[in-house]
Amino acid sequence: MNFDPRYSGRSFTSVGTRPIRPDGVDKVTGRARYGADFNMAGQLVGRVLRSPHAHAKIRKIDTSKAEKLAGVKAVITAADLPDLTDGDAAMYDILDNCMAREKAFYDGHAVAAVAAVDARTARQALKLIEVDYEVLPHVVDVDEAMKHTAPLLNDAIFTEGLDEKPVKPSNVTKRTQFGHGDIQEGFGQADFVVERSFKTEQTHQGYIEPHACVANVSSDGTADLWVCTQGHFVYRQHCAQLLGMEASKLRVTSSEIGGGFGGKTHVWAEPVALALSRKAGRPVKLVMTRDEVFRASGPTSATSIDVRIGARKDGTITAAEATLRYSCGPYAGMWAEIGAMTAFACYKLDNVKTVGYEVLVNRPKTAAYRAPSAPMAAFAVESAVDELAKEIGMDPVDFRIRNAAQEGTRSSYGPVYGPIGIGPTLEAAKNHPHMKAPLGKNQGRGMACGFWFNFGGQTCTDLNIGMDGSVSLAVGTVDVGGSRASLSLVAAEELGIDYGQVKAVVADTSSLGYNDMTDGSRGTFSSSMATISAARNAIKVLRERAAQTWDIPVDDVIWEKGHAIAKGEKYGNLAALSLKEIAAASGKTGGPIAGHSELVADGAGVSFATHICDIEVDPETGSTRVLRYTVVQDAGKAVHPTYVEGQYQGGAAQGIGWALNEEYIYGKDGRLQNPGFLDYRIPVCSDLPMIDTQILEIPNPNHPYGVRGVGETSIVPPLAAIANAVSNAVGVRMTHIPMSPPRILAAIEAEREG
Amino acid sequence: MRYIRPLSIEDAAGLLAGSTGTAAILAGGSDLLVRMKGGFIEPDLIVDIKAIEGLNEIRETSEGFGIGAAVPCAVLGESKALKKAWPGVVEAANLIGSKQVQGRCTIVGNLCNASPAADSVPALVAAGAKAVVVGPGGRRTIAVEAVPTGPGKTSLAKGEIIEAILLDRRPPRAGDAYLRFIPRTEMDIAVVSAGVNLTLDEQGRVKSARLALGAVAATVILVEEAAEVLVGSKLDEATLERLAKVCSGACRPIDDKRGTIEFRRKVAGVLAKRAAIAAYKRAGGK
Amino acid sequence: MAGVAVSTTINGDDVEYLCQPDETLLDVLRDRLGLTGAKEGCGTGDCGACSIILDDRLVCSCLVLGAEAEGRRVETIEGMAHGDSLHPLQQKFLEHAALQCGICTPGFLIAAKDLLAKNPDPTEEEIRFGLAGNLCRCTGYDKIVRAVQDAASVMKGA
Repeated sequence: MNFDPRYSGRSFTSVGTRPIRPDGVDKVTGRARYGADFNMAGQLVGRVLRSPHAHAKIRKIDTSKAEKLAGVKAVITAADLPDLTDGDAAMYDILDNCMAREKAFYDGHAVAAVAAVDARTARQALKLIEVDYEVLPHVVDVDEAMKHTAPLLNDAIFTEGLDEKPVKPSNVTKRTQFGHGDIQEGFGQADFVVERSFKTEQTHQGYIEPHACVANVSSDGTADLWVCTQGHFVYRQHCAQLLGMEASKLRVTSSEIGGGFGGKTHVWAEPVALALSRKAGRPVKLVMTRDEVFRASGPTSATSIDVRIGARKDGTITAAEATLRYSCGPYAGMWAEIGAMTAFACYKLDNVKTVGYEVLVNRPKTAAYRAPSAPMAAFAVESAVDELAKEIGMDPVDFRIRNAAQEGTRSSYGPVYGPIGIGPTLEAAKNHPHMKAPLGKNQGRGMACGFWFNFGGQTCTDLNIGMDGSVSLAVGTVDVGGSRASLSLVAAEELGIDYGQVKAVVADTSSLGYNDMTDGSRGTFSSSMATISAARNAIKVLRERAAQTWDIPVDDVIWEKGHAIAKGEKYGNLAALSLKEIAAASGKTGGPIAGHSELVADGAGVSFATHICDIEVDPETGSTRVLRYTVVQDAGKAVHPTYVEGQYQGGAAQGIGWALNEEYIYGKDGRLQNPGFLDYRIPVCSDLPMIDTQILEIPNPNHPYGVRGVGETSIVPPLAAIANAVSNAVGVRMTHIPMSPPRILAAIEAEREG
Repeated sequence: MRYIRPLSIEDAAGLLAGSTGTAAILAGGSDLLVRMKGGFIEPDLIVDIKAIEGLNEIRETSEGFGIGAAVPCAVLGESKALKKAWPGVVEAANLIGSKQVQGRCTIVGNLCNASPAADSVPALVAAGAKAVVVGPGGRRTIAVEAVPTGPGKTSLAKGEIIEAILLDRRPPRAGDAYLRFIPRTEMDIAVVSAGVNLTLDEQGRVKSARLALGAVAATVILVEEAAEVLVGSKLDEATLERLAKVCSGACRPIDDKRGTIEFRRKVAGVLAKRAAIAAYKRAGGK
Repeated sequence: MAGVAVSTTINGDDVEYLCQPDETLLDVLRDRLGLTGAKEGCGTGDCGACSIILDDRLVCSCLVLGAEAEGRRVETIEGMAHGDSLHPLQQKFLEHAALQCGICTPGFLIAAKDLLAKNPDPTEEEIRFGLAGNLCRCTGYDKIVRAVQDAASVMKGA
């Protein structure tokens, strides 16, 4: 179909309003069904045995005693998930992460699993599995892991991306580099240079719903999987490949999802549940405990970053350089690469260079977490930018405005920007009343900017018009935060009907074509594009049916406000036909009316935000309080502004937690010390103030309504904004995230003692 | 595994004394069920003491208060008389966990769980609270600080149950306070804590004092030297500085996931000062 | 292990069930009675997603044994609306978009109902501390607090 995705300025009727979401009532009455809320007749309980060691060779696993326990229906190890990945290294890593093969690489790595008639029997069975481990030296710190003396996780890994091919294996899987210009020359022009090193600790997405699925493999080779996921089509592909099934024989239904933030874009337990079901010949329900979620599902990278920026007296940045080291867990990743791409994306730079190193450590496999890799890079860069502004004697906002990227700027990672929002968000922040509010004793204000690419990807949508004129919208991007409401608004807008006439559902993998998962802030961007396209296709059919009814050429029929209208004076006596009327007659005019769309949503507009926050620090204890927080972000076009605000607020809150208290704490034995919400401290209600939001709308030229993704950018600036605020409050530059009270107090004391 | 809900404290003690495997007392369950969930304990017998008469009551007598072992901490906060007499004890009890946890947890459970970071214990120790212990040998009353002997360990013998906590009637010009340090505003385990209980003379000078610190040693510690610093003072700046120093010095903390040795030492002194000031004000001191 | 027979009241209805002595009330509600509105986010009382009201007391059902419900009154999210008319808190949560993923919502609604029953006119600070036992990872709590404030004013007027 010739769908033109370009932006055209227009006024809206439905888009931009704030109706109640279609899945709302089920969610406030407890009826909505999440991953663990589904059961099948005859279902077994699946449980996973996990390594207690950070790094160990698996010599032997004896499952015989567990198999003999009454009520145990299947026990599996890596032998039951043979390697069918056919040289696909990334898939092999997923397989090995789902079930350890030769080595357990981290505390919590799955080594075996059981399916039994009830939870108690399954737990007992796990205790009867005997694993003979040879414990190996481990390394969890990213800088330690880079040393030549560090224990090697994988001796088949030789660093990629070096000028000379290395002769020795390394924990560094890859070096990447981005930038342009000549930084030596740039630093030569600088009157001021700031050079600083930073560290950030590993965090978890912290979704409240643990991973959960019900797998049912039939003896005819077909299977069903009910699962909480951000991408059921991708889960289908991965599970089918790992289990040697044809994709079409595995139907995956995405349940309501209780938070994902990137963490539910990766399979962990699902292939295991399918393998258990296949072996037991019965449905298997597998739900992770909170402890397992922390120990064995995807955290972010821990990082170590050096930044150097130079500027002239007039405030122009002349050169910028960063070296970023990101932990990947035990398998290769591209986390430092993304960090290196995003680090200086906010700025217009003639000379810039960033280098990323991907580092293997004995921690869980790093997973995406909301704008993955960008918050840490922004923390380092935006902290250094604040320092540099201070050295020059410029206001930090003015300094950033002076150097902000704009339309036509060549970004630090390569592409040339179209219309972008970094300048406008900075101007809005400068003029925000928050910037002028007075501060008290021990209080500091900080601000910072953030960037995220956003993503489009493969998308498929069906729009079916019922004979009563109501519209069913089937989308394939999982709704993680209200997108069914936004997409219903878009369908209503295109068709010219009421929002209440549209009902959006997330279709299963057998009912709709392939969709990429809900990541990269693509849910509303890409599915709204596909919905617009599908609606326009449906309108074409509606016009044809009206033309047929009237017996006039279809080119003479236009669609306006939910009606087919015969254009031109010669049709003056033809009353407009409503969507409802055309639908009612559809059985006689050619059958069901629908619009479909399969497309690759290119041109996701990049996104920028500026955050401002005020922090109070108790100088005697290092305790912090967030007094005020403001988010300014470009949405392109806010389809449902309330849910856009929700994304801004939620990302900010996660960033605040990351900045202040959240971190993975490993003991000397390499075991995770805090695998629970008690000591992995995500913000509670009383930790936060109201989070003010300001939505800017700088249209994305590559979307009919100008929509940009909004979900991720809001987590990028908070680490730096809070670090700048704390640093301003205590008069010491904070360089280690999270800024927990012991770290702040230690920094204050060190400064006091000189 | 058996679950039994006896109707008398003697029956409960008898069940525990006669049990052969692992036996656990269930009152609020906010520690026991977490340990069961984590697989740290698999009891053969659970004795639910909530149906025992009198254990769900706060009793006010001429001698003071008796708080039954099954009284949830939330109920302490709803007792106006108790809150007036012992605001520090009540605020400590109302800091344990969330509202949800406070609807279940008890100060006796908090004491018997024997965590050095237990919120109510420093306040109870500072208050000079006593525990009524019932067991095969009858009834005895001991100081609360004699109950925990180390992390997770108590001095109670097999078959012994704490029936109630006793708090004295308050003399005039008395006040207590409890403060803890946590990284968030709620839901954390204390990194350091301090309970202070003071009585003043007619001139507003400290007549008697008890100060206890939590999470800085294997058990909650009563800092006798702190009392010596406080008695006779009006909490002037110099006294408070000495108090902080004495308290920091009394700590024998460890480094762990919640805090460092240096942090705990330093903040113990800070909290001791602040809790002393709060208790002093409550006692009517100016 | 012998099962324990329990007679209790759930959302006003008499209910009888048999459970294992070590089974939590949350597991009984979800797995035996099909009341899956209460969620298990942690199983250790740290997230509040399993909040219920037990004899007028807000508790985490993951920290209550199923056997303990004998002779008591249990209120869950499934009993919050009256027929098809939503409780004002439910309505305000919808209007304010106080939920994104919604997994924490049943727990928040139950906790907020308990909060307003005890304090019909709470300040923002009282709401924030009153709901500190319920974790939400999506919203930053802003819209939740506003929804509770709005519901409180509606309920006062009623």
